[in-house]
Amino acid sequence: MTALELHGVDKVFNEGSDGRVEALRGINLSVESGEFISLIGPSGCGKSTLLRLVADLLPASQGRVTVNGKPPRQARLDRDYGMVFQSATLLEWRKIRANVELPLEIMGLSEEDRAQRADEMLNLVQLEQFADHYPWQLSGGMQQRVAIARALAFSPSILLMDEPFGALDEMTRERMQMELLQIWAETDTTILFVTHSIPEAVFLSTRVVIMSPRPGEITEIVEIDLPQPRVFETREDQRFFAQLTRVREGLRAVEKP
Amino acid sequence: MSRPLRSGLSFLGILITLALLWEGYKFMGQTTGGTWPFTELALPVRTNERSMPHLWDIGAALLRPARRGGDNILLVILLQAALFTFRSAFLGFLIGSTIGFSLGVLFVRSSMAERGLMPYVVASQTVPILAIAPILVVWAGRASVPKWVVVAVISAYLAFFPVAINTLRGLRSPEATASELMRSYAANPNQVLWKLQVPSALPYLFPALKVAATASIIGAIVGELPASMPDGLGRAILNFAAAFSAAPEKLFASIVVASLLGVVFVGLIALAERMLLPPARRIDATAVQLHQKLEASSA
Repeated sequence: MTALELHGVDKVFNEGSDGRVEALRGINLSVESGEFISLIGPSGCGKSTLLRLVADLLPASQGRVTVNGKPPRQARLDRDYGMVFQSATLLEWRKIRANVELPLEIMGLSEEDRAQRADEMLNLVQLEQFADHYPWQLSGGMQQRVAIARALAFSPSILLMDEPFGALDEMTRERMQMELLQIWAETDTTILFVTHSIPEAVFLSTRVVIMSPRPGEITEIVEIDLPQPRVFETREDQRFFAQLTRVREGLRAVEKP
Repeated sequence: MSRPLRSGLSFLGILITLALLWEGYKFMGQTTGGTWPFTELALPVRTNERSMPHLWDIGAALLRPARRGGDNILLVILLQAALFTFRSAFLGFLIGSTIGFSLGVLFVRSSMAERGLMPYVVASQTVPILAIAPILVVWAGRASVPKWVVVAVISAYLAFFPVAINTLRGLRSPEATASELMRSYAANPNQVLWKLQVPSALPYLFPALKVAATASIIGAIVGELPASMPDGLGRAILNFAAAFSAAPEKLFASIVVASLLGVVFVGLIALAERMLLPPARRIDATAVQLHQKLEASSA
C-alpha cells in the first residue's frame, strides 16, 4: 500500500510580494507502507517544509499530496501520523506520563485506557520508571524518547520526524538510532525522517531522498540495500561506506556555487 | 537559611534602612537648621514636625483615639476603613481580572479583534481615573446600583489592563512546535486553549494579577471620593489631608495602613502562585511591568 504520495508539488511562501520564496519545486515522491525514508540536503532545501505539507501544517501551493490515500487534512483529522520535532516539546507542567497521554486526552480516551496505553509506550522507550517525573528532570535524549512515545501513543501508521536527534550528542544519537529502528520494526510504522547527517540517513533508511536548495528539488533517491535488521556492526560494513559515499557525492552534486 | 526566612529578613532590613534614612535626614536637618551640612544650600524637604513627623509620633497617633473623646483608636478606624475599601477593591479585582483574561483570550483568537480593540484598551489607561469615576457614579446612580459596587467597577477599570496584556502575551508564549503538535493531534480551539495556552500563560498571569491587585486598591480609594462614601480609606485620607497642618501624623498613618492593605493583597496572590506554580515557572514581576510599559508605548 502507498503511504505517501506527492505529485508535482510546489510550495511558495509570500507569493506576490518582495519576500517571495520558492521553497519546493516539482516534488514527486511515493512512499510505500513500512518504508523508512530520510530527507537530506543542505539548509534551506525545504525538507522541513515538505514534512509540514504532508502533516497539513502548511498547504501546498501546487500539486497533489495524499497521505494513506487521503488529502493531508483528512489524514490529520484521522490522526494517521505522529510528529516528532528537534526539540522534544514536552509540556513542562505535565509529568512524563501525562505528556504521553496528551494526544489520547485530546482524542477523548478514558482515564484507564490512557494510563494503560501510556505505560505501554513508556515501556517501549524504556522509561517506565520515569513516568512520574517532570520533563526537566530528564536528559535531552530521554526527553526525545518521551516525544517518540507520545507520537506513537495513538498508533499512527506514519511517523513524521523533523531532525529528532539533531540536538543530541553523538553517542546518545547512535543509541537513539538503534532504538528507533527497533520501534520501527516492532510497530510496523512508515517513517519520514528529516536529517542533516549522512551516516544517520544511510544507517536508518530504506531510501534516502537527496534535495537541492533554493528552490528545493529532489535530485536523487538512493536505495540503501543494507541488510535488515541494521545492527551495531552495520556501521563498520564495507557496504555501509559505499552507500555513504553515494549519498555524499549526490549531495556534492547539488551544491550550487 | 530557608528562602521565606531570608526574604523576610531582607524585607525587615530594608524597612529598618528606610526608617534610619527618614530619621537620619530629619536629625541632620534639625541640627543644621535646614541646610546641607557645612553649606548654605537648603534641604529639598523641610524637617520640621509638620513636614516629617517622627516615626514614633506616627506610630503613637495610630494608637490614640482618632478624635478627642472618641472610642476607637486611629488604627482600628483605619483598619475598618481599609476593610471597607478592600470589599470594593476585591470585587473590582475579580471583575477586572475576568475581563482582562477574557480580552486576552479574545485577542489571541482573533487578530482582527486585537487590531480593532487594542488601541482603545491602551487609551483607556491614559484617561485619568479621576475623570471616569464621577461619570460612572452618575450613571450608576440612575440605575440604583449600590455605591460600593460602583467603586468596584471603577477599580476594575484600572485592574483589567495588566491582566489583558499579560494574558495575551502568555497565551502566545508556547513555542511554535507546541502549537504544531496540537494541530497534528487535530485538537479543537478549546483544547488548545486549556491544555496548552492557559497553562503556558500562568507564569505571565500571576505578576499581572499582583499589579492588578495594587491597581484595584488605588482605583477603589480614588473611586470612593466622587461616590462620596464616608466609610472607606478614600474619605479618611481626604479628611486627614484637610487637617494636615494640625495633625500631619494622621495622614502619614493612613498612608501606612493603605500600603499595608496593598502588601496583604499582593501577598495573598503570591501565596496562590506559590501553591500553583513550581519555582522554575515563576517570573519576576518587575521585569513584566517593565515589559508592559515598553509594549504599551510601542502599541
